[in-house]
Amino acid sequence: MLLTISTTHHPASDLGYLLVKHPDRCQTFDLAFGKAHVFYPECGDERCTAALLLDLDPVGLVRGRKAPGAATLGQYVNDRPYVASSFLAVAISQVLGSAMGGRCKGRPELAEQAIPLDVVVEPVPARGGEVLIRRLFEPLGYEVDVTRHALDAAFPSWGESPYYRVELKGQQRMRDLLTHLYVLVPVLDHEKHYWVDEAELAKLLAKGESWLQGHPERELIARRYLYRQPRLARQAMAQLVEEDGVDPDEKTEAGARREDVLEERIRLDDQRRGAVLAVLKEAGARRVIDLGCGEGKLLRALLDDKQFEHVVGMDVSPRVLEMAAKRLRVEQMPPRKRERLQLLHGSLTYRDERLAGFDAACLVEVIEHLDVSRLQALERVVFEFARPATVIVTTPNSEYNALFETLPAGSFRHADHRFEWTRDELQRWAQAVADKHGYQARFLPVGPAHPELGTPTQMAVFVR
Amino acid sequence: MNLTIPELSLVVLIGPSGSGKSTFAAKHFLPTEVLSSDVCRGLVSDDPNNQAVTKQAFQVLQHIAGLRLALGRLTVVDATNVQPESRKPLVQLAREHDCLPVAIVLNVPAQVCRERNASRDDRSFGPHVVRQQLAQLRRNLRGLRREGFRSIHVLDGVEAIEAATIERTKLWTDHRERTGPFDIIGDVHGCYDELVELLGKLGHVVEGDATAPRVHHPEGRSLVFVGDLVDRGPRSPEVMRLAMAAVRESGAIWVPGNHDVKLQRKLAGKDVRITHGLAETLEQLAQEPESFRAEVEEFVRGLVSHVLLDGGQLVVAHAGMKEAYQGRASARVRDFALYGETTGETDEFGLPVRFDWASEYRGRATVVYGHTPVPEAQWVNGTICIDTGCVFGGHLTALRYPERELVDVPAHKTWYESVKPLGTTTGAPAAPARPYDDLLDLKDVIGKRIVSTRIRGTVTLREENAAGALEVMSRFAVDPRWLVYLPPTMSPSETCREGPSLEHPREAFAYYREAGVPHVVCEEKHMGSRSVFVLARDAATAAERFGVRDGKQGVVYTRTGRPFFTDQDLEAAVISRVARAIGKMGLWERLDTSWLCLDAELLPWSAKAQALLETQYAAVGVAGTTGLARAVELLDQAVQRSPECAALRDRTAARQAMLEDFVAAYRRYCWPVDGMDDLRVAPFQILAGEGKVHAERDHAWHMETLAELAAHDPEWLVATTWLPVDLTDPVQEAAAVRWWEERTAAGGEGMVVKCREPLTRGRRGLVQPAVKCRGREYLRIIYGPEYTAPENLERLRGRSLHRKRSLALRELALGLEALHRFVDREPLYRVHECVFGVLALESEPVDPRL
Repeated sequence: MLLTISTTHHPASDLGYLLVKHPDRCQTFDLAFGKAHVFYPECGDERCTAALLLDLDPVGLVRGRKAPGAATLGQYVNDRPYVASSFLAVAISQVLGSAMGGRCKGRPELAEQAIPLDVVVEPVPARGGEVLIRRLFEPLGYEVDVTRHALDAAFPSWGESPYYRVELKGQQRMRDLLTHLYVLVPVLDHEKHYWVDEAELAKLLAKGESWLQGHPERELIARRYLYRQPRLARQAMAQLVEEDGVDPDEKTEAGARREDVLEERIRLDDQRRGAVLAVLKEAGARRVIDLGCGEGKLLRALLDDKQFEHVVGMDVSPRVLEMAAKRLRVEQMPPRKRERLQLLHGSLTYRDERLAGFDAACLVEVIEHLDVSRLQALERVVFEFARPATVIVTTPNSEYNALFETLPAGSFRHADHRFEWTRDELQRWAQAVADKHGYQARFLPVGPAHPELGTPTQMAVFVR
Repeated sequence: MNLTIPELSLVVLIGPSGSGKSTFAAKHFLPTEVLSSDVCRGLVSDDPNNQAVTKQAFQVLQHIAGLRLALGRLTVVDATNVQPESRKPLVQLAREHDCLPVAIVLNVPAQVCRERNASRDDRSFGPHVVRQQLAQLRRNLRGLRREGFRSIHVLDGVEAIEAATIERTKLWTDHRERTGPFDIIGDVHGCYDELVELLGKLGHVVEGDATAPRVHHPEGRSLVFVGDLVDRGPRSPEVMRLAMAAVRESGAIWVPGNHDVKLQRKLAGKDVRITHGLAETLEQLAQEPESFRAEVEEFVRGLVSHVLLDGGQLVVAHAGMKEAYQGRASARVRDFALYGETTGETDEFGLPVRFDWASEYRGRATVVYGHTPVPEAQWVNGTICIDTGCVFGGHLTALRYPERELVDVPAHKTWYESVKPLGTTTGAPAAPARPYDDLLDLKDVIGKRIVSTRIRGTVTLREENAAGALEVMSRFAVDPRWLVYLPPTMSPSETCREGPSLEHPREAFAYYREAGVPHVVCEEKHMGSRSVFVLARDAATAAERFGVRDGKQGVVYTRTGRPFFTDQDLEAAVISRVARAIGKMGLWERLDTSWLCLDAELLPWSAKAQALLETQYAAVGVAGTTGLARAVELLDQAVQRSPECAALRDRTAARQAMLEDFVAAYRRYCWPVDGMDDLRVAPFQILAGEGKVHAERDHAWHMETLAELAAHDPEWLVATTWLPVDLTDPVQEAAAVRWWEERTAAGGEGMVVKCREPLTRGRRGLVQPAVKCRGREYLRIIYGPEYTAPENLERLRGRSLHRKRSLALRELALGLEALHRFVDREPLYRVHECVFGVLALESEPVDPRL
């Protein structure tokens, strides 16, 4: 990873004073994760360039780390040693700390002056691509030049890499340039090599003091900078908004659109749960099992209704079950409620005697996550051995996919879906299962109906 | 007096305090067989005489007794047991475990008890206690049989007790000493002609006529009838006459069927409904003399519900026998043997729905039974129903044991119409809805498990690893019926202590030589994706052998059991192309098999790993080379100005060169794939075929055989280059090192060094079956572009192989065990247990770079 800073300010060699690094030296700094080198490829009165080269220790980075997912090679062979990331931010603050703080003993007035700067960062991993690079830097007064690298010149079909050469030109104070890079490089990368905590919020507010408030992308910057800490991001927004007194309800157009999509999704989710509850109530079910319960949204709804005396959630993933226990706050539940709930680790392709004896079983958006060839096992587990009086199955209606503009024809709604059925396909399957195992099947729509394509979700209800 | 008690029974000692129960128990039983109420009082309260904890003490006693009986262990209860209410739970307990309750009463004069108690300072109760106990005992003595005791021994007086001896007797069902061979005959239902024909086919000699038949086998094979010899068919009396003669004279065994028992009850004058073909039998019997009818009644009455044979490995019962009931005796065991278990529901024809005990069966004994006609006899979890509906126009089937061969003859005609609709072609009744082999049960895989393997003893699987494997298996793996093997992980050779890389053949050769292995085989390591091929001659054969009705001829799956191809048509094309080469070579015939399991590498790497290449390898390559290229350029400029930049320039140029080598390293394993023709398949081991686990044959055989196979499709199948090495010959070893150096210098991944004879044992048990020796350039993909920098290499040399090697052996043991069990036609769950285990072990944390 290489950062170069050039100036045509006269005399250009004053760059050495600004950065507090002597232009004739080649200096090396030890950092926790490797080394940083500073050198000057050119230094004249007309033009001077300083280079910051990061030399990360790829072996040291991963030593003794017992991260989750450690069993993959991705941990060992990755782009971190070579790209502009939060490592660069740390290097700037440690190697060019004085310059970023605006301290310059040799030329104090120069530190406060906007001078012509030409900066190249390479390679920059940018999630959001050229568009985002421009949206982040242009409002700050830079002329931005972006070049994207191909993944591998020998294999043009592999397409573009996520890495860019980013050149920024503009009249800036050095301290501003460095804080821009300090904040925005990790924002483009959207990852952090260290744990993000409250201190990070303070850092963001301090480094962005002079420019973040007025930045149109400040929400995105806060959210990404406070990586995976939405609470901190909200806090940051509250402080930023308070400071400039903008109406908190005002949203960017893009943000509003996103929420619309989200709301659509939430609504369907709710409608699905509502429809399942309606069928369960009508059936008078008291003992209900949610097969493939995920993080437990349906379980929560079931627990809120006293009709359901015994509520069991089963999932194949131990991690997801832990998450469900956390979301449902099982530990804090009052004992009476706690007694009604049970979480089981199990699979729908293995027979399981614990699944017997329920009034109803729900398979909400579950079957499409199994290969069609394994459905036969699921059928036997549920309909032959568990044999609840009522079985509710919901699954996407693939006909409706035509209405999703962003979904390419022929692809599924979720990467893990193994199939998505038309209404006819579900009905044929359900009827055959019902006939074979002595159930009656009926079908219900879920979600807003289209005259020809039906509803986004379809439901089969089996009653014994 | 000699007391006979069944080998498996609950012996209840009855007698007042001081009657000598504990002494009696100690004299005749093992200390561990005796459960004393006083000991249990002590266990819960530290005081063996504490009467206040009677309730808790008996809970402990009954709990242990229950566990022992479930495990088939004779158990003696040493407590006074003088009141009926104290004996009642014990009788109940015996019933629950289907074994016989036995009462032994120690009836001793009160005086003797009192004297004995007085001599013990821990028994402080007054004389009235013994008096009361004796009174209670004598009052209820005659009611013992009514209470449910099947065998009652009363010992009156001290002398009788002293003189008593105990003899343990086998149960009627226990013929474990008979090892066969057996020919087990399915439901005959009066089909005498077919029976005689079948016996002939089996090599039994039937002499005499139908009125006085005699049957024997020149090689001493014994007949076993699974019952229902009578009703519906044309010649029930002749069938019985033959069977009775065989039992009496040739050691045959006849376990009764429900029809046989119903006939016996009718003949004994009981009121039974004349249905389901009994009328025909009665009509036929009417032609016989009265003496024959009496003989039949007496004979069938004496038949035992089921039999255990061959050391307990074989169980024969008319309607089957679940594990918990095998070798037990109770009314419900007999009912199970005769009728099976029903769910309490009836089907659309008004017949009771049978509980499918076989699909749940997990016992080790083979169970052979009849009762429910099926179109074809099929193994389910080590059980087989051989009633193929002869009387309904199907077949009469026999199972040869221990050969496990099925022999059958077709019915001469449809003798009786079935209530259920007839099958369209065979004329046999429609089969009960059950696929070829059965569904797996969660209990087969979950929790801490200990799997016995034939090559390495037991392998323990930790609970949390099994939990992880369950998710992978359920969400991603191919149908478990295809999944007969998962490949073990492989360790690299020991790390080079010096030199330019981490691995070199030198260490691999030294490892084997020092383990006492003189001969190894070096095989070129292909850099593609590991793939296991399971395939049959055609789809019908695949369905027959693997029981998967998905119409596939075979599957290709990855080392974690996932389907290799998402495109089904491509998979089918690849399978059929491999099968074609096998056919052309004549390998099916040569190995006498109609299916094979092959271990192979599928090339190029990019075919399967495209996503990984793009997001990881190419990304690192482009990120590293672009940044460093520009850095070198600028440093060249800087050196002009400031010579002290030279060291950094050189260092950075070296880094740039390593990044370029890295890109070159992965590029070698990539080429564009548009369809099957662009793929290459390099099979390197024939794992198994019918009747044999080839994985245990020497590697030279595999290499030679597979080279021959590749020659039948040389464009597409890749023969692995290989080199046998005698490790006691330095010349050969040096040649092998050169061989490796040349190949890896040209960009080869490296090689695998294998013991020529798999499963070689050294001083410390099994030797690693193979170790890999990867090339310096290839390892950049594994350890990162800059691993060859001296400061990096030095740190990486500290890697430890211990866990990896232990894992490799455990996974090998499980993988081979899976193949053996599949080849031996063991039930699906037994195969799956091992494969699942490999997956579970794979979730143990081990450095993935090894």
